[in-house]
Amino acid sequence: MDTAYLIETVIKVVVILLVFSALAGIGTYFERKILAFMQRRLGPMNVGPYGLLQVAADGIKLFTKEDIIPTNVVAPIFKIAPVITAATAFMAAAAIPFLPQFTLFGYTVHPIVADINIGILYILGMMGVGLYGPLLGGMASANKFSLLSAARGAAVFISYEVVTGLSILAPIMLVGSLSLVDFNEYQAGGIGNWIVWSQPLAFVLFWIAAFAETGRTPFHLIANDHEIIDGFGTEYSGMRWGLFAIGEYANMFFLSFVIPLLFLGGYGDGTLLGALGLLAKMAFFFFFFLWTRAAWPDVRPDQLMWLCWKVLMPLAVINVVITGFIMMF
Amino acid sequence: MNNEQFNNRNVNDSYYLVDIKDYPTDGWGKFKRVVKRTFRGELFVGLWVVLREMIKFDIHTIQYPLEKMPIGPRYRAVHEMKRLWESDTERCIGCGLCEKICISDCIRMDTKIDEYSRKEVSQYTINLGRCIFCGYCAEVCPELAITHGGEYENASEQREHFILYEDMLTPIDTMKAGKQLEFEGFGAITPHEDERMKKTPLAY
Repeated sequence: MDTAYLIETVIKVVVILLVFSALAGIGTYFERKILAFMQRRLGPMNVGPYGLLQVAADGIKLFTKEDIIPTNVVAPIFKIAPVITAATAFMAAAAIPFLPQFTLFGYTVHPIVADINIGILYILGMMGVGLYGPLLGGMASANKFSLLSAARGAAVFISYEVVTGLSILAPIMLVGSLSLVDFNEYQAGGIGNWIVWSQPLAFVLFWIAAFAETGRTPFHLIANDHEIIDGFGTEYSGMRWGLFAIGEYANMFFLSFVIPLLFLGGYGDGTLLGALGLLAKMAFFFFFFLWTRAAWPDVRPDQLMWLCWKVLMPLAVINVVITGFIMMF
Repeated sequence: MNNEQFNNRNVNDSYYLVDIKDYPTDGWGKFKRVVKRTFRGELFVGLWVVLREMIKFDIHTIQYPLEKMPIGPRYRAVHEMKRLWESDTERCIGCGLCEKICISDCIRMDTKIDEYSRKEVSQYTINLGRCIFCGYCAEVCPELAITHGGEYENASEQREHFILYEDMLTPIDTMKAGKQLEFEGFGAITPHEDERMKKTPLAY
């Protein structure tokens, strides 16, 4: 492994970490603002112009708050759980091509940390490991609501992971690769080549599963404020809770990148316009996460499991079978 | 007399009962319901409603310390004592009606005869810890001397900062500048009071 590659990788890792940690903070600002506008409120207005520095104020608060480890918790697990959530979210980002490759000062940069040939499998696996954050955090917390949240988390994650995997299977069969770069090249020919046209059902299923993956509103039952306080986050304070939040928002951003890359052509042919297109698609999907939170009610855990196992999973299986037959003949 | 006017509560004739079907009991019926709900697009109605509100940007927030709602003249906040427009002296004549009518027994006044042989208020306090802001004192006052003000931002280190007569009295410089706000609310005379005045009937 030569030194230039090592330095480049380290720089890319640091950039992604910094950019998406900051984006996670700004994401909370966007969420509060958009939710507020949809509910005819103004949202944060007092810190900085239009409340822009609210992110900094929240950050200072989270960083300087006392780190409380309650008496009855299982301390080592309690301490490690938020780190799992945040770390797996960022680890999943390693296989995501955020932009097309570009040349900077005569040096060609690939904005992907590791172009591994099992990219999608790796991303889904890493996001699946992220389950251990809420699960362990909730179980170690010595709090009934946290425990409920952990139980719900396990049920939800098992349910939707099946749908995620099966729905993504059909596009993978079409493309014949697990690398997101290959996915992008498969769709590089323009809007007509997007996988969403040939696999609309897989697109919708993956999108629905993404909501369960990130625990966003229709499936926000592992940390449902009006039922179980903050779920697994109830006993957490300060930066440990902040890590949970960063993990959640980073996950939203990464999934907002993954969905366009898989189904909507990604960055297309790799021009500047294509790169901006990817960012625009990412922005739309992130906005949609917030939009649904303002518009839709939550479902019960049993409803979610019913939906995943009895509706979405059969549909995904049928989709895979039909795709297989069409490819065969 | 019949009960029709009580049974028919003037409900508009265009009202109708929503047609809610019975819940399905068998599997096929449930399946049909799921399919129907899936493709009816109700979720998108919800999405459209919130997006419409966001685009219209009809914000109802009042940024409180900077902006304030106008409060009604009948609002009953901390009491004020008014001065006479003619002479800038206090309106209170020390009749003691407010002390008498106060149902939570929080007004205390002390009067004395001053050097012009007129009744003068020497002590006047309202215990705001007991006051329920019922407005009886303002209503009963024959001189419109004690009224309720609109000042609801009365945070202080202690409530006693609001209860002394001097604190409630219109400051003399405000009075001299002609800035005393006349009370329009509870117990005040109504705008058409002059027209409603009748001569005392003397011709028995």
